Amino acid sequence: MAIAGALIWAAVIGTLIYATRERRRVQSEHAAGLLILWGGAIIPALLLGLLLGYALWLMPDIRPWSAPGEPAGLRIEVEGEQFWWRVRYHPADGPPVDAANEIRLPVGERVEFTLTSSDVIHSFWIPVLGGKMDMIPGRTNRLTLRAAKTGTYRGPCTEFCGTSHALMAFSVVVMEPDAFRDWLADEARPSPGAGAPGGELFIANGCPACHTVRGTEATGAVGPDLSHVGSRETLAAGIMPVDVEAIASFISKPDAIKPGAQMPAFGMLPEADIAAIAAYLEGLK
Amino acid sequence: MRILPKEIETLWTLFTAPVVWALHFLVCYVGAAIYCAKQDAVDFGFGVVRAGIGAVTVAALAMIVLSAVLAWRQWGFGTYDPPHDDPTPHDRRRFQGFATLLLSGLSFIAVVYTAMAALMISGCFQ
Ligand code: HEC
Ligand SMILES: [Cu+2]
Repeated sequence: MAIAGALIWAAVIGTLIYATRERRRVQSEHAAGLLILWGGAIIPALLLGLLLGYALWLMPDIRPWSAPGEPAGLRIEVEGEQFWWRVRYHPADGPPVDAANEIRLPVGERVEFTLTSSDVIHSFWIPVLGGKMDMIPGRTNRLTLRAAKTGTYRGPCTEFCGTSHALMAFSVVVMEPDAFRDWLADEARPSPGAGAPGGELFIANGCPACHTVRGTEATGAVGPDLSHVGSRETLAAGIMPVDVEAIASFISKPDAIKPGAQMPAFGMLPEADIAAIAAYLEGLK
Repeated sequence: MRILPKEIETLWTLFTAPVVWALHFLVCYVGAAIYCAKQDAVDFGFGVVRAGIGAVTVAALAMIVLSAVLAWRQWGFGTYDPPHDDPTPHDRRRFQGFATLLLSGLSFIAVVYTAMAALMISGCFQ
């Protein structure tokens, strides 16, 4: 595509230079007419026709539903919220699994996304995998993607959604299908760290009102699911590394890190408690 | 009072091909949308819709070609070269014929591009 574009560009610029050179022979009107007819109409129309045909031929694969008879695959529900992503995996053969702010995909498989929003319009985009799709309150938009290569990518929110719009992103991890299925099974289970020290502080300070940590009494659903937050690539929707320090600073001043975030600041807690909670969350692998 | 002028010299022919293009576009898209909204209420498949789009396309292209042939005649079968910019009835007619011919070409390509989607789309969203 880039090569073809370069060739066309070179042809146009070449013609321009030819036309503006100093000593020029006058062209007949007939030759000029032919140039316009072929270079301006027939060849572009054929090229555009070819490109359109190619794009249409690709379409069945990016259309959001499977062909008749094809078994239903993985569906991932993603809901945009100011300023984070609620993620729910619906595997073909099992109960749904909740997660947040990170999306893992099996390489080479078609995955259907159902995209919604709970507040304002957001837009879901994984640039390396395909085009963007808006998330509109009261509507479900669908998008199908197939990742061709394993790796870690980034997806930003691409529709202005408030003060922290630019701080609303997510990581995408494309894995081998077997590794993905193992990971999803682990994700559905409580983290081995769920019973570690620090958990009682997490519970006692009211975090369960908004957050879920599987295997504990924390089952809130207002904020992101934190069951395996320690194993994620990023914290707070793609803006910070997952380490004890970053978690502690987010707990004490979320509004300073992410203006307008819907989480109250817990800076009034004793520093030692914040550190203990942060270490506990970091241990939720 | 007449709505259509009596003389041969009328501007209406100029718009024939683009109007056919617009109608073809609407019939294809509105038709497919209505079918997909009501597919449970009717007992034919999407194949019929595609065949219908094919038939409408052939009809539209035939009308555009007819308009092009008439324009070619009005232009004088290419015996006079553009730009046809003298203030005479002769040049006015040639100019209109030539413009109609170009619009017919544009409309022909547009109708083909519109219909190409039906080659690949094999069903409604489900
Ligand atoms: C009123 C509801 C609410 C309470 C209470 C609350 N949070 Fe949050 N929390 C949120 C929301 C909403 C977000 C998402 C903020 C954003 O990214 O925009 C969040 C985000 C987080 C994150 C980053 C999550 C991620 O996916 O990266 C951490 C860590 C966190 N909260 C820890 C805590 C801790 C620890 C407590 C208790 C001390 C707590 N929260 C109490 C609502 C709450
Ligand atoms: Cu957003």
